[in-house]
Amino acid sequence: MTELATTPQAKALHRQFVEDVMSMPGGEKIRICQQCGTCTGSCPTSYLMDYGPREIIAAFRAGMIDRVVKSNTIWLCTSCYSCTVRCPANIKITELMYELKRLAIKYDLTPKDSKSPAMTKYFLDSVRKHGRNHEVELMAKYMLTKDWSLPFKFMGTGLKLFLAGRLPLAAKDIRGRDEIGRISAYLEAEEAKAR
Amino acid sequence: MRYLYYPGCSGEATGKAYDMSTRAMMEKLGVELAELDDWNCCGATSYFNTRELDSFAIAGRNLAIAQKQGDEDLCVTCNACYTALEKANHYMAESPRIREAVNGALGSVGRSYDGSKHVRHIMDVLINDIGLDAVKEKVVRPLTGLKVACYYGCQYSRPWGIFDDVEFPVTMDHLFQALGAETVDYAAKMKCCGGMMMLTKEEGALRMCHELLYCAEREDADVVVCACPMCEMNVEGYQPRVNKAFGTSFNIPVMYFTQLVGLALGASSKELGIDKQIVSCDRVVAAISA
Repeated sequence: MTELATTPQAKALHRQFVEDVMSMPGGEKIRICQQCGTCTGSCPTSYLMDYGPREIIAAFRAGMIDRVVKSNTIWLCTSCYSCTVRCPANIKITELMYELKRLAIKYDLTPKDSKSPAMTKYFLDSVRKHGRNHEVELMAKYMLTKDWSLPFKFMGTGLKLFLAGRLPLAAKDIRGRDEIGRISAYLEAEEAKAR
Repeated sequence: MRYLYYPGCSGEATGKAYDMSTRAMMEKLGVELAELDDWNCCGATSYFNTRELDSFAIAGRNLAIAQKQGDEDLCVTCNACYTALEKANHYMAESPRIREAVNGALGSVGRSYDGSKHVRHIMDVLINDIGLDAVKEKVVRPLTGLKVACYYGCQYSRPWGIFDDVEFPVTMDHLFQALGAETVDYAAKMKCCGGMMMLTKEEGALRMCHELLYCAEREDADVVVCACPMCEMNVEGYQPRVNKAFGTSFNIPVMYFTQLVGLALGASSKELGIDKQIVSCDRVVAAISA
């Protein structure tokens, strides 16, 4: 993998990333990470990650943006906040992971083999359409496009859930569902103005 | 006592029983729940993953409605909804940039929010407002002899630890002890169930559920109780997948804590949606009724 950090575009992208991370409330604390590894030690999924959260912070600070956003790490964060509550420097690591996910999506740098970005997208689609997440629609869409094996793996459980009335097929639309899209449109327009 | 109530999207589908049992339990306790009018999705982790300001503004729409609907606190059942809604409050208070953007966005749809609505987890309400003594007084079927494994889930108290400890929560244990049950002490009670990872990286999530079920079984727990529809779905619904992956034969009843409290307060299995559980809870119900 070529290190983007050596090209001018990558340097500009890195500056953008740093700026965005620093603008998060508490984001500047990333500067005082002393690489103790409490985050990686507390992380229930670090064993599956290309790089643990500690290494992600080190790579980010070193400008190795490629490594950070293309790693599977940020997509394996389950938002359990174990690292966040234990970090002796009070770095909001879970929030950092969210920010890096947002940047990876924004610049279309998500790893091709990760299914989480699609899940995230379909979730938003559902909320924009109905105002609420329609679980059945989300799962159906995800299974059809990302993982054909899922319906077979979960047939038994799915059938039981369906029979128990836990998988309603019809979505419940809220009255103000158009507000969800309008809120996003407003924020996007504001962001464009600020640039 | 009256609260505004936010059931959350899962409460209409996979977590229907959490909603049903919450309403039944609160009715037994004489607490009125007024459902938040035309509430929307809290945004969950997916919005945090995509757009920072949108996530706060989407959550903010609910808080704006709550502010308009009444002075009561907003009572939330799902751990993830609780954290998403509370996070909007925290970040609006912490960051003028976020506060301004959220209010601009809400203004564009004719709403406003001043950041003052208290978001309360239902367990917080139960323990700190209603109180264990008042709950105890209303018990008609004590849970004597039942061994309960309380499973809190990540976003119950993390990241802020508002009503319980972030590492070693005790509120749910205290509640069930007050109802006469024995609670088991086990290391996995505050560990992650895997959440959405069950669909995007199954082996990782199955391992987490396996650890939890293994610990609960080792401690001879009769039932695992949850406070989050995501935890409940993973730990209950994926038991067959855990068994397949790890060669185990777990068949442990998993319930919402509100279902078990509801039983102790005399609500019927049907009202509490206990027939919706896919690992049979008959053993648990029989043990209490006896």
